[in-house]
Amino acid sequence: MRKGLLSRIPTALLLLTVVLLLSSCGWSLWDAPMTTVRPKSEFGRITHDIFMLISWWTLGIGILVEGALLWACFHYREKPGLPLPKQVHGHTLLEVSWTVVFALILLIFAIPTIPVIFKTQEAPAATALRVDVSGRQWWWEFKYPDLKVVTANELHLPAGQEVSFNLHAPDVIHSFWMPQLGGKRDVVPARVNRITLTPDGPGEFPGQCAEYCGMSHANMRFRIIVHDKAGFEQWVAAQLKPAVQPTDPLAQKGQELFAQSTCVGCHTIAGVSGGVLGPNLTHFGSRKTLGANLLANTPENVAKWIENPGHLKPGALMPDLGLRGEQPKALAAYLLSLK
Amino acid sequence: MATHAAYMTGTKVSAGSVLWSWITTVDHKRIGQLYGVSAFIFFLIGGIEAVIMRLQLAHPDSTLVSAHRFNELFTMHGTTMVFLAIMPMSASFFNYMIPLLIGARDVAFPRLNALSYWVFLSGALLLHLSFLVDAVPDGGWFGYANLTSAQFSPTHGIDFWMLGLQVLGISSLMAGFNFIVTIINMRAPGMTLMRMPLFVWMSFVVQFLVVLAFPAITVALILLMFDRFFGTLFYAPAGGADPLLWQHLFWIFGHPEVYILILPAMGIVSEVLPTFARKPLFGAPVVIYSGIMIGFLGFGVWSHHMFSVGMGPVADAAFSISTMLIAVPTGVKILNWIATLWGGRIYFATPLYFSLGFIAMFTLGGLSGVMHASPPVDLQQTDSYFIVAHFHYVLFGGSIFGLFSGVYYWWPKIFGKMLDERLGKLHFWLMMLGFNVTFFPMHFLGLIGMPRRIYTYAPDLGWNFWNLVATIGALIIVLSFLVFLWNVFKTTRSGAPAPADPWDGRTLEWTIPSPPPVYNFAVVPVVHDRDDFWVQKYGDGHGTPPRKRVPTPTVDPASIHMPPPSYWPILLAGAFVFMIAGALVSIYQVVLGGFLTLYCMIRFMLEYHHQPPPAGGHH
Repeated sequence: MRKGLLSRIPTALLLLTVVLLLSSCGWSLWDAPMTTVRPKSEFGRITHDIFMLISWWTLGIGILVEGALLWACFHYREKPGLPLPKQVHGHTLLEVSWTVVFALILLIFAIPTIPVIFKTQEAPAATALRVDVSGRQWWWEFKYPDLKVVTANELHLPAGQEVSFNLHAPDVIHSFWMPQLGGKRDVVPARVNRITLTPDGPGEFPGQCAEYCGMSHANMRFRIIVHDKAGFEQWVAAQLKPAVQPTDPLAQKGQELFAQSTCVGCHTIAGVSGGVLGPNLTHFGSRKTLGANLLANTPENVAKWIENPGHLKPGALMPDLGLRGEQPKALAAYLLSLK
Repeated sequence: MATHAAYMTGTKVSAGSVLWSWITTVDHKRIGQLYGVSAFIFFLIGGIEAVIMRLQLAHPDSTLVSAHRFNELFTMHGTTMVFLAIMPMSASFFNYMIPLLIGARDVAFPRLNALSYWVFLSGALLLHLSFLVDAVPDGGWFGYANLTSAQFSPTHGIDFWMLGLQVLGISSLMAGFNFIVTIINMRAPGMTLMRMPLFVWMSFVVQFLVVLAFPAITVALILLMFDRFFGTLFYAPAGGADPLLWQHLFWIFGHPEVYILILPAMGIVSEVLPTFARKPLFGAPVVIYSGIMIGFLGFGVWSHHMFSVGMGPVADAAFSISTMLIAVPTGVKILNWIATLWGGRIYFATPLYFSLGFIAMFTLGGLSGVMHASPPVDLQQTDSYFIVAHFHYVLFGGSIFGLFSGVYYWWPKIFGKMLDERLGKLHFWLMMLGFNVTFFPMHFLGLIGMPRRIYTYAPDLGWNFWNLVATIGALIIVLSFLVFLWNVFKTTRSGAPAPADPWDGRTLEWTIPSPPPVYNFAVVPVVHDRDDFWVQKYGDGHGTPPRKRVPTPTVDPASIHMPPPSYWPILLAGAFVFMIAGALVSIYQVVLGGFLTLYCMIRFMLEYHHQPPPAGGHH
C-alpha cells in the first residue's frame, strides 16, 4: 500500500457519513409502516415530544464533543521540534463546572419526563373501550368483553375513542407493540398490564411482538385497523352475526371435514365448535391475513397452512393434521366463506 | 521444576514439557496470555455467529438458517461475547498488567489465579459442548423466565446455558477476590492508592462489581436449576410465581455487568491517552471518583431494562432519574479524556487510534443511552434495533475498541515484538468503517419498528435497505480482523524486537524488559508519582528535575523465589466441571465428580503443607 492512502481515509469517512446522514433525512425512511416517529395518537405524541427534545440536545452535545475531540487531535498533533507539553494535571473549577452543566442538561430531560410517565399510565376513563389482549405462542387474541366480540390477529379500533388494552399472557412473556399508535407494553403471565390510548383517525398499521418468546417470535405479528365510528360499528355488527352456512359444494365439504376432524378441539366457530386453544374462526373469511399477519388470506395460502402449519410458521403449535389433496382445499374454501 | 527453570532461562526444551509448563503454570503473565488467547478465539466464534445472523437478515424472508438456529445463534452470540470474549479479554489484562503496573512479582494467590482460568475454560467448553450434542441454548443471553422453564424449553439447551454460566461465575468470583487482595496488598512501596495507575483503579472497581453482582445471577440461576431439575416453581406463573423475579435478579447482576465490561476499557484508554499526548491524565482524581461513582450507581439502575414490564409510574420515575444520574460521571470522564489530549503533543500510533475510536464511539452509545433513560421514549425503543445499536456502540464501540487499544499498546511488552503500525492503522480504519456501517443504520431500523431477535421480516416494511447495509458492514469488520491476524502472523515471524519502552511510557511496566522476566522486577521499585517512570525520565514539569536512573542491579534470578508450578488447578477445575456436567448425564457422574472435586480440593489445599515454600517468599 502506498503512503498517503491511509491518511486520506478520515476525510473519505467523514464525507461518507455526511452523505449517509443526509440521505437518511431525505428519503421516506421515516414513513415506514412500523415507524415510531410518526405518532398517530396523543399517547404517541407526548412520548415522541420527549424523544425529539432529547434527540436535539444529544445531537448538539454529540457534535460538540466529537468536534472537540477531532479538533484536539488535529491541533495538538505531533510536529517536529515542539517541546514537551506543559504537564497539566487538571483544573478544578473547569471540572466542577462541566459536571454541573451535565447535571443541568439531564434535568432538562428529567423534568418533562416525569409527568409523561404518570400521564401515560393513568387509569382509563370509565367510557373507554375495553380490549382484552391475549399474547400466545405465536399469535394474538383480541376480546372485546363489552361488545362480546372475539377475534384474532386483526385488531379493529374506533378512531377518536379511548381504548384500554388489558394484556394477558397464558404462556410466556410477550410484548404488545403498536409502533405507530405509540409504544409497547410487556404481556406478562400472572399479571395484567395495561396500556391506554386514543387512536387519531382511520388507518391500517402493522404491530408485532417485541419480546423474544420462543421459536416463531419473529412471526408473531398483528394488524391494527382503525375505523371511523360508523365503520367500527359496522364491523362489530358483522362480527356478532352467527357463522354463515356455506353454499358452495367445496365449502360444504370443508364444513363437514372441519366438524369431523380435530379442528374442533382448538378452534371456535360459533354454532359449530368451541375450542379455545387456537384462534376463533367464526369470521375467518373477513380477515385480510393468516397466521398472525404472516400471509395474505387466499385459498392457496390457507390450504398450504392447513397442510403443514409448521412449514410456514416454524414451531407452530397447530400440528400437521395429515390432511392432504382435496381436503385442505375444501377446508380453505369453507373457512374463507366465513365472512 | 526443571521445565520451570528452563522457561526462566530460555533453554530449549521439548514440546511436551513446554505444554506441561503451560498447563501447570501459576505465572500471572502466562495465565494472562492463556486468558487472552482463549478470549480471542471465543471472540472469533461469537463473531462468526454474528456474521451468520447478518447474512440471514441481509434480505427479507431469507431461508439461510432456520428460526431455531437463528435463536440459538443470537443466544450464543450474546453469551459468548459477554462472558467468553470481553470479560476474559479484560481478565487477560488484569492478569498480565496489574502486577506489572503496581510493581509486584505476581498476584496474591497464584494458584487460585490458575484455578480461575481453568474453571473459566471448562465452563466455556461446557457451554460449547451443546453444539456437539445439538442442544444449543436458545433463550436469549438474558434468558427470561418463564420461557426457560422445562415446559417451554424442554431440550437440554437451557441446561447447558445455566450450568455453564454458574461455572463461569465461580471463575469470575475467584478472580475478583484475588485481584482485590492483590491490589490492596501487593503494591510497590510508595504506591499509595491515589498514585495507582488508572487501569488498576478501574480494574479495582470492576473486581468489587464482580464480587457483588455475580451472587445475584448465581441465585437466579440456582432457582432456575431447581425449577428445571427438581420441579420447584420459583418462576412458574402457574404456581403463583411472578416471572419478573428473574428479570430483577438478572438485571441486578446485568447492569453492573455492563460496567464490568466497560470499565477495564476506560482504564486502558486512561493509560493510553496520557502516553501518546505526553501529558498526565487530566483530573485523574475525578476520573477515579467517577469510576467509583459509576460502580455505586451501577447497582441502582437495573430496572431501566424493564420500563415496559409494568412496574408502575413511581418505580419507572425513580429508575429513570438514577439512570440519568449515571450519565453525569460518564460524561465527565469523556471530557477529562478530551482535556488530556488538549494542549498535548499527540503522537499518533495504533494504540491511540483505538483509544480515540473508543471515545468517539462510546460517546454516541452514551448519548443514545440517555434517550432511553426516559421511560416514555424507551416504550418505543426497548427490544427494537435501536437498543441493539445502542449497546453495540457501548460494548463494541466502547469495550472492544478500548481492549484493542490495550492489545496494540501492551503487545510489545507482552510478546517482545512490535506490531506493524501500517497494518494496525488499516485494522483500525476498517474496523471503524465496518462498525459504523453495521451499527449506525440499526438506529434507523429500530426507529422504523424492527424488533430485535427476529430471524426474518416481511419485505414491505421499509427495513430491506438498511439491513443489507448492516450486513455489508459486518463483512468489513471481518476483513479488519483478518488484517489484525495477518499483522500478528507477520510480525511474529519477522517483526522488529520491542525495546523496553517503545511508546515513551509513563508507568512501571515500561521500566522492565520486553517481554518481562518471570520475576518481573529484579528489584521491587519505590514509587513517587502516578506517572513514576515519566517523572524519572523528564521530571514532573514543575521544577523537579529527572531522577537519576539507578541502573538495575544484577540479581541472580535463582535468588528470587517464585511460586512453583502446580497441576492441581487444572485437575480441580476438570473434576469440578465433570461433576457439573453430570447433571446432564447421570446422578452417578455427579457423585463421582463430587468426590473427585473434594479430593482435588484437599490436595490443592495441602500442596504446600508438607513442603513449605522457602522463607522470604515473593511479595
